[in-house]
Formats: sequence, C-alpha cells, structure tokens
Amino acid sequence: MATRQVSIASSVGLHARPASLFVQAVTATGLPVTIAKEGGNPVDARSILVVMALGAKHGETVTITAEGEGAEAALDSLVELLSRDLDAE
Amino acid sequence: MTGQTSATFHGIGVSAGTAVGPLVVVAAPPTPPADEAPTTDAAQAGVLVRAALEAVATGLEARAAKAEAHARPILEAGAMMARDPGLVASIDGQLQGGLGLTTAVTAAVEEYCAMFESLGGYMAERVTDLRDVRDRAVARLLDQPEPGIPSLSEPSILAAQDLAPAETATLTAEICLGIITAAGGPTSHTAILAAQLGIPAIVQAVGILEVPAGSIVAMDGGVGEITVDPTAAEVQLLAERKRRREAALAGGTGKGSTKDGYPVALLANIGTAEDARKAAALPVEGVGLFRTEFLFLDRETMPTVEEQTATYIEVFEAFGDRRVVVRTLDAGADKPLKFADLGPEENPALGRRGLRLGMVRTDILDAQLQALAAAYQATKADVRVMAPMVATQAEAVWFADRVRALGLPQVGVMIEVPAAAIRSKGILYHVDFASLGTNDLSQYTMAADRMQGELADLLSPWEPALLDVIALACDGGAEMGKPIGVCGEAGGDPALALVLVGLGVKSLSMAPGKVPAVRTSLAAHSLHTCQQMAAAARAAITGAQAKAAVMAMAAPVLADLL
Repeated sequence: MATRQVSIASSVGLHARPASLFVQAVTATGLPVTIAKEGGNPVDARSILVVMALGAKHGETVTITAEGEGAEAALDSLVELLSRDLDAE
Repeated sequence: MTGQTSATFHGIGVSAGTAVGPLVVVAAPPTPPADEAPTTDAAQAGVLVRAALEAVATGLEARAAKAEAHARPILEAGAMMARDPGLVASIDGQLQGGLGLTTAVTAAVEEYCAMFESLGGYMAERVTDLRDVRDRAVARLLDQPEPGIPSLSEPSILAAQDLAPAETATLTAEICLGIITAAGGPTSHTAILAAQLGIPAIVQAVGILEVPAGSIVAMDGGVGEITVDPTAAEVQLLAERKRRREAALAGGTGKGSTKDGYPVALLANIGTAEDARKAAALPVEGVGLFRTEFLFLDRETMPTVEEQTATYIEVFEAFGDRRVVVRTLDAGADKPLKFADLGPEENPALGRRGLRLGMVRTDILDAQLQALAAAYQATKADVRVMAPMVATQAEAVWFADRVRALGLPQVGVMIEVPAAAIRSKGILYHVDFASLGTNDLSQYTMAADRMQGELADLLSPWEPALLDVIALACDGGAEMGKPIGVCGEAGGDPALALVLVGLGVKSLSMAPGKVPAVRTSLAAHSLHTCQQMAAAARAAITGAQAKAAVMAMAAPVLADLL
C-alpha cells in the first residue's frame, strides 16, 4: 500500500472546484484511493460528497493512500495536484 | 375542439404578450410515501437505486450539453453527485438497515445535507443541489416525472406552482411560449426575468395546476387572462388583440415624450454585458439601471478591479454617448456573497443590505468605485453612479464623497426606503439625481414581503399610499431642481407610467421589451392629462379604483397596449 502526506495548497481548502478537480483526478487513476485528515479515518477519495464533507482547510495536512498497480505514480501526481492553489488557476 | 368546454380564469398579468400552445406542467418535488414497504432484499434494492441515479445523471448531462454556458456547471455538478460512490454507499447502508427504497435515498441525502449545513458557507449552498438530485431520483423510483422544467420537445406554455430563478434563466422565448404560475407575485424574480426574456407571463393563477397537461391553453400576459381549450373564435380574438397591440407599438422609435412634447427619457434595465449589447441595439436613450450583482454572485472570491473595469468598459462602450446609470453592488442577507457574508439575519429585507453592506465592507465598494472610475476615464461615457438602499442624508453624503473623490461625474441614490422619499429634498441637496426603486419602496411602504405572493394585493403599484410616497419624493426633487427617475417594474406599465410622469418623474427605466408600449402610451397623452391622472389616482381609495380612474381618462390606444 502506497501512502503520501501533503498540505492543502488551495486557498479555499479542499472545497468547491479544487475538490471537484481532485476527485476527477482520483477517479481517472482507476484505483481505490482514500484520504484522511490527521488523526481521522481514511475515507473514499472518489466521492465528491465525502471529500467535501471532510472539510480539509488550506494548510491542513492530509494522508492519501492507494493500492494496486501504479499506486506510487498515481499518488505522486495527486500530491502534485494538491500542492497547487487550484482555486487560483 | 368542442366550443362548450372552454374555461376562462384570471391571474395577474406580469409580462405582456399573447400565446396559444400546449400546457406543460412543471412537476412538484415528490414525497416518499409514508407507508413504503421496508426493504428485505438490500442487494436488489441497491440495483434499482443505482439505475435511478444513473438515469438522473444521464438526464442532467443531456441537459448540460444543451444548456447555455452559465447553466452548465450546475447541471454537471448534479450529474456528478448522482454518480457519487459515497452517496451510493450511504444509501446501501440505509437499505441494509431495512428502510424502504425512497425513504433510504432521502435518509442518506439528509445525512450529507446535515453535514454540509454544519460546515456553512459554500457547502451549505450545495444542499440545494443535493436535494434536487434526491427529488429526481425519488421521482424515478416512484415512476413519476422528474421535478423541474422538463426538456420541451415543442414550443409550449409552462405551468408551475412557482419557478426558481435558476430554472427561469434556462428558458428561451423560442421554446417557451408563456409562463403561468399558481403562486409568485408581480415583482417576483420569475416575473422580472420573464419580462426581460420577452416571454408572456401570468402569476397568481390559482387553479392552473388542475388543468390537465397537454391541454391547449390561450393566455394574455397583459391582462392576465387564461382560456383552456379555447374555441376558434377565442383564438381569433386573441390574434386580433395581438394585431392591434402590434399596430399600436409600431408608433416610432424616437425619444420618449408626451403628446405635447414634454420629454421623458426611456431607458433600459440591464444586468450583464450581454444585456447591454442587446439593449444598445434598441432605440432606448440609455440605461436607467445597470445591476452589477452578476459580477459578484456565485463566486468564491471578489472580482479584481481589472476584471470589473473590463466589464464596465464593455457596457459603457456599447452605449456610446447615451447615459448609463450604474447601481453599486446590491447584495445582502437575501442575496449573500460568499466573500462578504455578515451572517444570518432575522429579517434580511430589513438588514444589512445594499449600501449598508457597502459601509461595512468598504473594500468591496471602493474596489467597485475604482473600477467604475477607471472605466469612465477610458471611455468618457455618460456614467452616473448610484447607491442602493439609502435611508438617510448622512448615508447619501458618505457615498457622494467617496464617488466624487474618484472623479466620477455624477452621483445619485436609489429611493426605495420611505425615509429617503419623505426627506428627498435633503438627500438631493447632496447628490445629483435619484431613482425610485418602486418594488422595494412598495414593500417597505406597505410592510409587505414582496416575495410572498399572498400579499400581492397590498403590493399593487397602484396603491394610493405608494403614489403619495412617490409624490413626496418628486416634490423634493422639484424643489432642488434635480431629476428623479423610476427604475422599478412600475415604470414599464404603460398606464402607470402616465401617472408617474404626472407625479413629476423625468425618466422611466424598464425591461427593454416594455419600452415600445410605454413610448406609444406617452405619445398619446399630454403632460396635463398625466397630471390629472396622477391626481385622480391619488384621490382613489384602493389601487383598483386608482387604475380604473386612470383608464377612464386614457386615450383608446392604451387598452390595446395592456
């Protein structure tokens, strides 16, 4: 199982458009990806509702994990995505 | 067609024009049956729910593909929610717990809604979208039509309890021949938008939802008359009315003036740069109300000064040397901004809205004024800036100082609070002009919520008390020698326009589609007649009597314009 930690760069947090872009990217990997806040339970990162309800704010660290072929590379690209201010783009 | 079956009834006509066509009923949201059977086979129920959600998603995507750019993201987001694995997982959980099909869907959705509402702000607003998906899925599971406006396969007349502004915005005059609602008021957003789109509309048509879908209906959005299964003779009569109306409207494209040549500027109400381009192509003398809210609503962050400047330049250039009256941001508790939410209020209409919000969030107001000043410098257009919701002289001074400091040539205020109308002389001492927002002035004068259709009688723009308040405002303007215009819906009524002119109003701003009727009406009456009509209307006891008195004094052509 591959794991990464990343701090949310989007100024509005993992909400709205940034959340939608993240979930679309996760779905495109075809892998079961989870996301968790510090000390929280991992939840399904393919669900826009679950991700938005997570309420990860700007600057908060989240842990993302994935399993299966290409999991390492998939997580690297997702880390790269979350490290950008998606709302400003 | 059997002539005996035709039935006629009335509502309030809010957007003139006639239409004949099949009635399409906009379904109300379904309610899960209280006696729904519990789920015994969760796996099989899960298959049914997945099929319903997939059908909802496909339907929303199909509509998104056909929708205009501004409506597309909302529909696509809905499709994404319908396919959401988290939602399906929650519904599965509820089904395994034994809840019936639609009850399980509702329970799962409400769980997310509660979570989103507790997060507030942007998330709380997604609750509406989520419940829309729920309503559609539940309707599918119950074998009912999905709620909301269906895709129309032929030009039709829509009937609904009421329409959400977002729904009305997706309509076009090509496919939607007319709108009839059982609720709603004459100043509701549906009414305003329908007039903007040039679609005939009738509100408060109690009983319209009992008319079977598919019935042929004839409607007259001017007088508010609806005929179900009209006879050939009735359709012909309507066509004759339409012909007479068109003939009356063919009366020229010049500047507005009374029969004896007293000038009254006829202006357009606009809300976007696209509106500006369309209105500028028409024979109007400029813009009497440029609502700037569209730049701010539905956004996460404030638009930059540069972005605002570019839009304002676009609007000013469209009108060349014709005037453009810009209203600064009119937001507040009922039209909240994501980046300027001052929190929930007990009485939004009486809360921190309009200039009151601007005085708290000076950063937003100043950025807008800077952009307007830059656009003015770039175009040297006839720009006049006014503030919404001004109540006192002190507020007028505060605003005028800020506007003049930036070199903008003319500053004014909206008069929509009775206090400002009563003391208009003092206010106009400090500013260059004022514009009467008759919709809000009516709701504040009568202490009647304009969104509440049941109060439509109190909110009649013919109400003599409202006319008295308008007269007070105009008297103050006359004493100061400064112009007062009207930019509420009242200005677009060809009969009421005569009364307003008689009271002393110098300009009338309205949905561009209403200008020709008002122009014709003015040209058929002298200023003296308008003044006599104003006196007769103010002497009446009720709004209905005021209107009847004016109609009795009017030239015959006025009847063809309504």
